[in-house]
Amino acid sequence: MVEDSINDISIVLCGAAGQGIQTVEALLTKSLKKSGYNVFASREYMSRVRGGVNSTSIRVSSKSVRAYLERIDILIPLNEEAIPHVNKRISSQTIIIGESKYIKGSPVTKGINIEVPFTEIAQKIGNKILANIISLGVICGILKAEKSVLQDAIVKIFKKKGQTIIDENLDAINKGYEIATELIDNKKLQRNFNIEKTSEVENQYIFDGREAVALGAIAGGANFVTFYPMAPSTGVGTFLAQHGLEFSIIVDQSEDEISVINKAIGASYAGARAFVSTSGGGFSLMCEGISCVGMMELPIVVLVGSRPGPATGMPTRTAQEDLELVLYAGAGYFPRIIFAPGTIEDAFKLTQNAFNLTQEYQVPVFILTDQYLIDSYYNTPTLNHETLEIKKFFVKTDKNYERYRFTESGISPFGIPGYGDGLVDADSHTHTEEGDITEDPEIRAKTVEKRFKKLELIKKITIPPEFIGREGYKTLIIAWGSNYYIIKEAIENLNRNDVALLYFKQVYPIHSSVKNYIEKAEQTIIIENNPNAQLTKLIELESHRAVDFKILRYTGYTFSVEELLDSIKNILEGI
Amino acid sequence: MKSSIYDRNAENSWCPGCGNHSALRILKESLTELNIKPHEVVLVSGIGQAGKFPHFMTSQSFNGLHGRYLSNALGIKASNPDLKVIAVSGDGCTYSEGGNHFIHTIRYNPNIVNIVHNNQVYGLTKGQASPTSQLGMVTKVQVSGVFNEPFNGPAIAIAQNASFVARAFVGDIEETKEILKKAIKHEGYALIDLFCPCVSFNRINTFKWCKEHTFYLDDSHDPFDRANAFKLAIQSDRYPLGVLYINPNRRPYEENIGIYRTDKSPLFKRELDKNKFNQLLETFR
Repeated sequence: MVEDSINDISIVLCGAAGQGIQTVEALLTKSLKKSGYNVFASREYMSRVRGGVNSTSIRVSSKSVRAYLERIDILIPLNEEAIPHVNKRISSQTIIIGESKYIKGSPVTKGINIEVPFTEIAQKIGNKILANIISLGVICGILKAEKSVLQDAIVKIFKKKGQTIIDENLDAINKGYEIATELIDNKKLQRNFNIEKTSEVENQYIFDGREAVALGAIAGGANFVTFYPMAPSTGVGTFLAQHGLEFSIIVDQSEDEISVINKAIGASYAGARAFVSTSGGGFSLMCEGISCVGMMELPIVVLVGSRPGPATGMPTRTAQEDLELVLYAGAGYFPRIIFAPGTIEDAFKLTQNAFNLTQEYQVPVFILTDQYLIDSYYNTPTLNHETLEIKKFFVKTDKNYERYRFTESGISPFGIPGYGDGLVDADSHTHTEEGDITEDPEIRAKTVEKRFKKLELIKKITIPPEFIGREGYKTLIIAWGSNYYIIKEAIENLNRNDVALLYFKQVYPIHSSVKNYIEKAEQTIIIENNPNAQLTKLIELESHRAVDFKILRYTGYTFSVEELLDSIKNILEGI
Repeated sequence: MKSSIYDRNAENSWCPGCGNHSALRILKESLTELNIKPHEVVLVSGIGQAGKFPHFMTSQSFNGLHGRYLSNALGIKASNPDLKVIAVSGDGCTYSEGGNHFIHTIRYNPNIVNIVHNNQVYGLTKGQASPTSQLGMVTKVQVSGVFNEPFNGPAIAIAQNASFVARAFVGDIEETKEILKKAIKHEGYALIDLFCPCVSFNRINTFKWCKEHTFYLDDSHDPFDRANAFKLAIQSDRYPLGVLYINPNRRPYEENIGIYRTDKSPLFKRELDKNKFNQLLETFR
């Protein structure tokens, strides 16, 4: 009856908003990591504060795992709606551990059902709210995680709530471990979970996308942050607000997104390292402000966390639908840089560097990501932050200073008011070198060329796409942004050495090497989480060749490894 | 007109006789008399005839988008509180396109002066009604006459407990200078709604009309009496000129910003504390 032991397990907790899933998720992932397991977690949730049905998917593995799986090995349903909600992901191999009413009430009969009266046990300990903590103990017990690590975490989290609460929670953990031991001893799980621990994982970092971007901003020297709360990016502003005093950062929740961008513009003019955090919908309101950034040639970094649109769309869901919005936002032409991190490490590093690049080139730099990456986390050995520099490009002005002086490179020395004897005149109109309004056609042409020159400079420092595969590949799969690891794992599961992956973390400008990569391929496949293949158009423009196959998703939910494996196989097999 | 360190050799594009000429002189002379230097002042403006202000005088300047200048001004002041920020634009830019920013800037209370040129018409776009246009005013667009209730900047500011609210008339240079100097010295957001006639597109609210429809508050006026100030602000047969309201209890926004409590240096002078950053990263292990 006992199957082969597995070393990569997928656990799903599912219940209503307000049931503490996030607390359990945080405790579970951090404790498992500290026990030496590789972990990955991603969550999907409804746009409501209470009720509904949300889930978090946690992978625990002996090797590094960083992508969303459809498969569920262990499911903990926390309400009646849980099983119907994840029904499609349940197989005959799925172990469901939960209250009988949550299992019995469901129309699903497949799976290995293990009834545990969590609430009743919790009440015996002292409070029915402890049911979640007991289930946490069960999972950790099944995985043979260090109990002491979990106990420490409990003490830390509930320190402020007093000894009684701590003791109750510790009892709940013990009870969970007892249940797990009983399940294992009586072979009720029908399989062995034997995940190898690695001591080097214990001391690794664990971040989610939101933390990676916010930490990148701090490391980049951001000191003026404006935002208006909007999913999925709100947490970035919150994180920075909580650390604002510590790192000399002004964090302002403004009246609207128009004010958000315009305060940042004013701050940037005055020498701040300005950072704006928003989502696609909020960014729509900033288009005018972004064109002002383009005209004034000011440094600004903007985080755009995408969600499915148009309009309010699905506030808490995910999509890669705003590349074109970010690329074309604003009246008139002006250059810009768009990064689309596909990993937590890239989210940190690209955001950090964005603050240097925006000052150096005086163009807006965008961090374009989405709910999936923002709400996903995994352990990582390093962010390589020790070598990162904060580069400042502003100059002390003299009496003859001119803000928009024409130079060979197109970049004018960046002066700020209050530093030097000069006057700094910024203007949203077409302006002279001094910053005065002008309608002179020759000056206008020169200012356009000045800005255009910067695009050429930016192209020289554009990050090339990452190639993963072997020379002699026949199929080239193109990925950008948050899908990276999902696509990578799907390709690994193909077990073919004629399929390679090309991952773009900078999506504008597109690096010219793409042409070469595409020319070597017999066929190309692009994978995007949007309905109109937004990156495809840019790739085709740069490579002068049509992409052969597109795998597009527009459900508002992320791709999964299994789904992509099927889609890619179908293409490879000519189905 | 006295010469000033604020003079600038630039072609002025305002119509002859426009109230803006006097407004510019008033601002330059007030700053000179207060012994403030051009490089200490950032003149922030939006779009409209008044928005061109920064181009006609010597100072640090920021000519932003239509309606957004108060947000720009707040960002500038927050990033470097040492700068003297003067925000100038018209009634369309401030009360219409930027209405939300106007209300919320009052809430923030940054230490800036906000001069709103109120000519009760759109000048730059040639004669449409503005949010402050009088009821019944007929234009090429408002063909049946204006029927929307005029926007009352000072009354809204007092209702929102702004820290300094004044009305002035550009035709009275010395009186307006006194009001402006008080506004510059005031710690917090100071609104001056300045009657500033448009000689090209407003045949109703002329210099003569302004003279006839205004009066000065005398020494008996108590600017700390908010209810009375509001009463005066909503008066529309004859408009009271002078400082209508002062709230001495509101702290300027910059003083509420946590990072300035222990360290007054502007943002551009600050550095990341790398040790602290490393310590923060350690909490993610």
